[in-house]
Amino acid sequence: MAGNQSMQKTGWKWSKEGYAKHAEQYKPKKPVAFNCLKAFTIGGLICALGQGITNFYIAFFGFTEQNAGNPTVATLIFLAVLLTGFGVYDNIGQFAGAGSAVPVTGFANSVASAAIEHRSEGWVLGVGGNMFKLAGAVIVYGVVAAFFVALVKKLWFLIF
Amino acid sequence: MNNLPRVSRQTWRFSKDIRILGSGVATGPLEGDGPLGKEFDCVFEDNYASEDSWEKAERKMLGKAVDAALQKARLTGEDIDVMLAGDLLNQIITSNYTARGLDLPLLGLFGACSTSMEGLAIAASLVEGGFVRYALTGCSSHNSTAERQFRYPTEYGGQKPPYAQWTVTGAGASVVGVGTAGPRITHATIGKVTDMGIKDPFDMGTAMAPAAADTIMKHFQDLNITPDYYDLIVTGDLGKVGYAILKDMLKDAGYEMSPHYRDCGMMIYRQDQDVFSGGSGCASSAVVTYSHIMNGLCSGKYQRVLVVATGALFSPVSFQQGESIPCIAHGVAMERVLA
Repeated sequence: MAGNQSMQKTGWKWSKEGYAKHAEQYKPKKPVAFNCLKAFTIGGLICALGQGITNFYIAFFGFTEQNAGNPTVATLIFLAVLLTGFGVYDNIGQFAGAGSAVPVTGFANSVASAAIEHRSEGWVLGVGGNMFKLAGAVIVYGVVAAFFVALVKKLWFLIF
Repeated sequence: MNNLPRVSRQTWRFSKDIRILGSGVATGPLEGDGPLGKEFDCVFEDNYASEDSWEKAERKMLGKAVDAALQKARLTGEDIDVMLAGDLLNQIITSNYTARGLDLPLLGLFGACSTSMEGLAIAASLVEGGFVRYALTGCSSHNSTAERQFRYPTEYGGQKPPYAQWTVTGAGASVVGVGTAGPRITHATIGKVTDMGIKDPFDMGTAMAPAAADTIMKHFQDLNITPDYYDLIVTGDLGKVGYAILKDMLKDAGYEMSPHYRDCGMMIYRQDQDVFSGGSGCASSAVVTYSHIMNGLCSGKYQRVLVVATGALFSPVSFQQGESIPCIAHGVAMERVLA
């Protein structure tokens, strides 16, 4: 195999065509079922905590079921930012996966982690400019999706 | 076989008595806690190394490694004719800022994680050619600076797959020159860019294994040797996945690697240190080569060692644009010289 790219010669077991597929067997499999179970449990616990906080605001601070959502979200965001700052949230995330990424705490973590990361580049261009580096996509497509859903709803009621 | 420095298009032979006169290693706490920790010259207690940014911490580590290497070679910065250094950060700022403080002529290198052996091979060839008396070569990486540049913020709670790798925090440096002490650099094999179409930036082992296999096979063919010529062959940072692939790949090409082959990324950390598939980064091969392997070659634990540093030459832009990951590997052969 002198001269030519020996690893890429055609017809060999390890040629470029089949490499990615052939190499797949060497990778440890993602434990998908177990990951789902972990995500379900931790995600559920975060939601249960949120419900607990809601009940707390209703019972002690005179909120109603309709408006207790705002202080609850604020509290969860505060807790997630605190845990991100202490360097704990990324460990929870490695364990829980989507379970800690999907709730509002995951959104708070993506904003806070980017803000911490870019602090060394200054308050304006560093923290300010990069805070929504990860969360920006969620906001953009969240707003776009909400707009179209609202449009469809409006048209639906106009027609029928 | 002739005795010209050029053995083939890729392999160089050094005929002068070129030695690694001194080497130094500085790391972060996780690496210091690993199985090779006691062989490192300097272990910082925190990843910030008492600095206010991770970039400065990485610089400090490279500076410490350089100091240790110079000290062991019993030389000062005045004696060094050229510094060859590189790292993973944009515009190789760690190397540039470290050299600023050293007042040395600098040749900046970028070979991703293969920079350690790229630097060592060029250093030896510059000494062989008589352009420099003593060359200083080094490289560094830092888990947090690399994560931030190539992936996500360090505190972001994303889940990594089990085949991901952990960027080594640390730096390694060595002084190369004609001398009478230290391991001798005998050959170098310069790698070609090999791209087998892997696109997942978490799956570096799979992407880089073919590049390493290519360089190792070329090295064996050019020198007409087999793996048992060396009592240790290491790759830089293939991790568990790439390690297994490389072994099978070379076996199918007729080279039995098993008894002599190890991977630096797997040597740095213990099994229970939660680093997924193993260590990666410029520092992976540099830290192991310039501590454990140097010590082994000096004490007689190893007689002949081949270090193949593997690098993934992608950028955050290239993988977001859907390009596959081009990889490279450079090999340097060293041997113990009996005094």
